[in-house]
Amino acid sequence: MRALLRFRHGVHPPERKERTAALETRRMPYPPEVVLPLRQHAGKPAIPLVKAGDRVERGDKIAAADGYVSVPIHASATGTVAAVGLWPHPDGSYDQAIRIAVEPWSAQAARPRLVPEWRGLSPREIVAAVQEAGVVGLGGAAFPTHVKLSPPKDKRIEALVVNGCECEPYLTTDHRTMADFPDRVLLGVRLMMKCLGVPKALFGIERNKPDAIEAIRRALPGDIDVEVLPLTVKYPQGAEKMLIQALTGREVPSGKLPLDVGVVVQNVASVATIAEVFETGLPLVERIVTVSGNGVRKPANLIVPVGTKLRDLLDACGGLSDDASEIVSGGPMMGVSQRDLETPVSKGTTGILVLTEAEAQRNRTYPCIRCGHCLDACPVFLNPQLLGSLALKARYGEMEPLHLRDCMLCGCCSYVCPSHIPLSQIFAAAKTAIRKAKTTEPAKAPA
Amino acid sequence: MSYVVTASPHLHSGDSTPRIMWNVVLSLVPVVAAAAWFFGPTALLVVLASVAGALLPERIWGRRSATRDGSAAITGILLALTLPPGIPLWMAFLGGAFGIIFGKLVFGGLGQNVFNPALLGRAFLQAAFPVAITTWPVAGGPWWGLRGDTFAIPFASPQPLDTVTAATPLGLMKFEHKGTPLWDLMLGTTGGSLGETAALVILLCGGYLALRNYLNWRIPASIFLSVAIFSGVLHLLDASRYPGPLFMIFSGGVVLGAVFMATDMVTSPVTHGGCYVFGAGIGLLVVAIRVWGGLAEGVMYAILLMNAVVPSINRITQPRVFGTREAA
Ligand code: SF4
Ligand code: SF4
Repeated sequence: MRALLRFRHGVHPPERKERTAALETRRMPYPPEVVLPLRQHAGKPAIPLVKAGDRVERGDKIAAADGYVSVPIHASATGTVAAVGLWPHPDGSYDQAIRIAVEPWSAQAARPRLVPEWRGLSPREIVAAVQEAGVVGLGGAAFPTHVKLSPPKDKRIEALVVNGCECEPYLTTDHRTMADFPDRVLLGVRLMMKCLGVPKALFGIERNKPDAIEAIRRALPGDIDVEVLPLTVKYPQGAEKMLIQALTGREVPSGKLPLDVGVVVQNVASVATIAEVFETGLPLVERIVTVSGNGVRKPANLIVPVGTKLRDLLDACGGLSDDASEIVSGGPMMGVSQRDLETPVSKGTTGILVLTEAEAQRNRTYPCIRCGHCLDACPVFLNPQLLGSLALKARYGEMEPLHLRDCMLCGCCSYVCPSHIPLSQIFAAAKTAIRKAKTTEPAKAPA
Repeated sequence: MSYVVTASPHLHSGDSTPRIMWNVVLSLVPVVAAAAWFFGPTALLVVLASVAGALLPERIWGRRSATRDGSAAITGILLALTLPPGIPLWMAFLGGAFGIIFGKLVFGGLGQNVFNPALLGRAFLQAAFPVAITTWPVAGGPWWGLRGDTFAIPFASPQPLDTVTAATPLGLMKFEHKGTPLWDLMLGTTGGSLGETAALVILLCGGYLALRNYLNWRIPASIFLSVAIFSGVLHLLDASRYPGPLFMIFSGGVVLGAVFMATDMVTSPVTHGGCYVFGAGIGLLVVAIRVWGGLAEGVMYAILLMNAVVPSINRITQPRVFGTREAA
């Protein structure tokens, strides 16, 4: 038996997964309209291929990848393109999106298509098919999966790390994916191992999901080396660097990638999606979303067409309770508050939480009392106390040598701060300010 | 319908600054009770006067409803615990007010101060009224009896006191080379200021705070360790001149200072490494002042001196950032 697998620091927020953890995933009915933002992934936004009035079928490519770090977007329902234009984006801004009026009586069957037989494909061809299917990291960051599957030749990759932690409270989508579709997950693992050419996969799952651990263990095929490793329940166990440290003991150097310590990390949901691409031929047009929080009447784990508006999604869950006060896209630790129910679910949406006033504790802020609790919480071992006081004085220049860049905005520091100082929010703003200063300065220089 | 939009994280541990402060106040209640047990109702009057002195300026010049966060109450109680039971009440009041005004408000209020306000108040009283602050009535005697000049008129010329003045264990040791049984020190049946005497009660209350993570145990632990080591070495060199480590720790204000004064969050380091450095420095200074200085007691100055270097301690004890092991 290995020693306890864990990282240091971090926090223990209430899990609050019990409302949805045992609910099997089910399909929601198709909404009357879907809205697909062109920017649903890290990297360049996709380029639209359709115009208003075009008829599209479920699975049709409606926007093309713009270069290598980008993925295409596919129609998630059969219908007619209503418009291409600005629409509320899950990140809180307005951005270009393709709106499709869904055909009400359509069977939503995908066009008959060729399902590529993966056994006959080379790793390069598999990776190309993954990009063409629009697959991105479904854990929230939405980084294009094919890029992670094609590491530069000079890096030696030793293992694939599968991230089944789901350390954010409330969310149970990865949990359900593993418990309901273990074979699909393991096919995805097999495909990814083939792409990367690695002999071994480490499968990290937090201990609070015994049924998922059990399901994956039972479905393990004998011919590939996949080790299922139960992990200590702690936030942010699912952060790539924390997960790698817990599983391998290796520390990803500051400013470097997991590649540099010989591993590639993939989220369980992305792994399953890849398998689906090779099972059905259907690109990424739907995903599992946890709808939970005390403000929603019937919490659920739903298979949702990408582009479904929050309004339709919440209606499918019995609507909102009277004391609903805040709607969050993603988990409660890093998710983004939504102001508009017209905002769609995107590829990176892990959950939609409706929090009541009581759940979303809002408190008066006090001056920093230098309790040091934030230092004890930061999994990156930064000094949020010092960074916070510098940021409030706009002394951004002094923050960079203190490794602000390594801050992953996980929110642990804000979570523990007894003075309720919104530290991670302050750091996000400081990062933006520093980035802006960097991009405008060279432009000014020649003048 | 409109929804609230806030920044993540949308959950919070539920801790709050007032809750921490009131917990500290709560944990001081048994200590005050012990003082009342040993010194009678006078002790409570001194505490009340000092707390009132601390709250008043905070109320007038502090942030809106600042008195409700509990931090000024802590300052008042802590100051009172360092005072002799017989001190005139107006002095206790003045000390509390001085500590809050010059120890906290001039720096910008809660969280901004460099020095522990309670100790600053005490240092002021020591400088202004050196006699009153070193007049120790005997423990025991009629419980209801007032000790000393409790109701002295402010700024009236101090009369020669007619109370019997007892020496503290430290005074006895320093000036008369007489020891005090350790058990008396632990239980508090000796002369001394209000909160100096009941070491066991203080340790228990500190333990409660440490368990709730409202007190960094590394600070008292390293203070005790460093006092023990330095006084132990001296004791080994010359046992007749230097008292042993246990006497050093349990006499005077070491326990109170280590558990409640040095651990004030605002004026102690934020890094764990810094807490060890801070505690070790205090322990060293306490022993040095007691042994070589002209004073019998050194805890107050030791902590204030170390308070001054906390920013530097924080700077040199930054944690190693994740992923920078090999980097220079
Ligand atoms: S948000 Fe940044 S500073 Fe705060 S705990 Fe996370 S990594 Fe550390
Ligand atoms: S947790 Fe908040 S109050 Fe405590 S040191 Fe950090 S920023 Fe200051």
